[in-house]
Amino acid sequence: MLTIRGATVLGAAVLALATASAFGENVRQEIKKYQRMTAENSPVELWVLQGEDLWRQKRGPNHVSLERCDLGMGPGVTKGAYAHLPRYFKDTDRVQDLESRLVTCMTTLQGFSEKEATKRVFGNADKPSDMEYLAAYVASRSRGVRMQVSTKNPKEKASYELGRALFHYRAGSWDFSCASCHGTPGKRIRMQALPVLSSKAGARGTYTTWPGYRVSNSQLKTMQWRINDCFRQQRFPEPNYGSDATVALTMYMAVNANGAIYRGPGTKR
Amino acid sequence: MNSKSIRLSLGSLAAALLAVQLAHADPTPLEVRAVLHRDFHSRGQANLSRVDQDDVQWLCTVSHNKPSAKRAKEMEAEQLATIRYPADGKFMGNWKKGEKLASTGKGMTWKDKPGGTHGGGCYNCHQLAPSQPSYGTIGPSLAHFAKLRGTGHDAQKYVYGKLYNAKAYNLCSEMPRFGTSGSLTEQDIKDLVAYLLDPTSPVNK
Repeated sequence: MLTIRGATVLGAAVLALATASAFGENVRQEIKKYQRMTAENSPVELWVLQGEDLWRQKRGPNHVSLERCDLGMGPGVTKGAYAHLPRYFKDTDRVQDLESRLVTCMTTLQGFSEKEATKRVFGNADKPSDMEYLAAYVASRSRGVRMQVSTKNPKEKASYELGRALFHYRAGSWDFSCASCHGTPGKRIRMQALPVLSSKAGARGTYTTWPGYRVSNSQLKTMQWRINDCFRQQRFPEPNYGSDATVALTMYMAVNANGAIYRGPGTKR
Repeated sequence: MNSKSIRLSLGSLAAALLAVQLAHADPTPLEVRAVLHRDFHSRGQANLSRVDQDDVQWLCTVSHNKPSAKRAKEMEAEQLATIRYPADGKFMGNWKKGEKLASTGKGMTWKDKPGGTHGGGCYNCHQLAPSQPSYGTIGPSLAHFAKLRGTGHDAQKYVYGKLYNAKAYNLCSEMPRFGTSGSLTEQDIKDLVAYLLDPTSPVNK
């Protein structure tokens, strides 16, 4: 907890410094420095360790662990799995991201109902969710692995194309698409820089650091959460957790990030 | 095989190739809409029907925000007709209230209560008062706006209209239609006009 509190104090100090100093390049440098310092003291490892423990625990009506869960590299293989997701799975006959695949394993292996498995997927600062722990653990097992998400299977290709179309689809009370904020280089909302997720450079830099620990609210957030909260701010209705639409958007970003080294779970402002 | 049948079979080959290409074409907005209706749900005030596009959203999506000049002009005229100007003929409200509205981006999400705290979220995308260092850059800087645009009747009417329905002036603008969408009231818009144009507002300091 000391680390978390330290980071918050540091954050406040840097923000104060930012408000006092000349803006532009100066602030960008300060924010970069702040990000480097917070990453060095990040509590991400706590989530990773807790996630590994959950992965090995015998749970659910069937009283089995997730150690036989097939994330696409064979039953039980976690090394490198996240860098190859989303992907097509024959047993479910659909393209799945990490989180929807974990739900599959919780239902088929551990015997949870889908409702139970998805009852509390987004946690809070007091109590993170099991999904957040598990996602942090599995993602950490791809650190240093090159992103290599396939579009060879026709369903994978269709998912990527749906993701691209969703990314550019304007609707909602405020006429926004994902591209409204993430389609043009050099833009920001308030002081927050916006990655261009339709570009290779933008997707590579951003996708490879999710899931991410947020210093500002002491929580680790998953990609499903990130997409959910973007749609909230887009003034859209809410996406169903792990739905094909959310997987397609993940697919679009992941394929755009192909070739980059995965280095998450990351640390965010 | 005579030359005619070769042409015919080439023709059917071309047709088959075209069919394959069509099968791999990007999903149309109507197909995307069907996916959204299947994969999203209403929550709070964010009803599922919000994923249905109107003509502007549809045209800007299919044209990648670059509609033909002719079509854009026609539709901008339609959007201009949606603007309801104040019955009292006054465009300027209170800039201090406008400042609050410019600073908050709350409203219209599934977490927000209808009629609760809301704003235009102007600072998310624009620089306004030069004294406020935290601003976004999706839209142009509006610092010293009165100097650039003047403060007369025409300038006031333009700013009111732009806030009410930005698409009347630039069809595929990324700026929301605050009046048309019911996000801001007539009084809210007046207060924002004052924030931009009142010489005593921090925007013009």
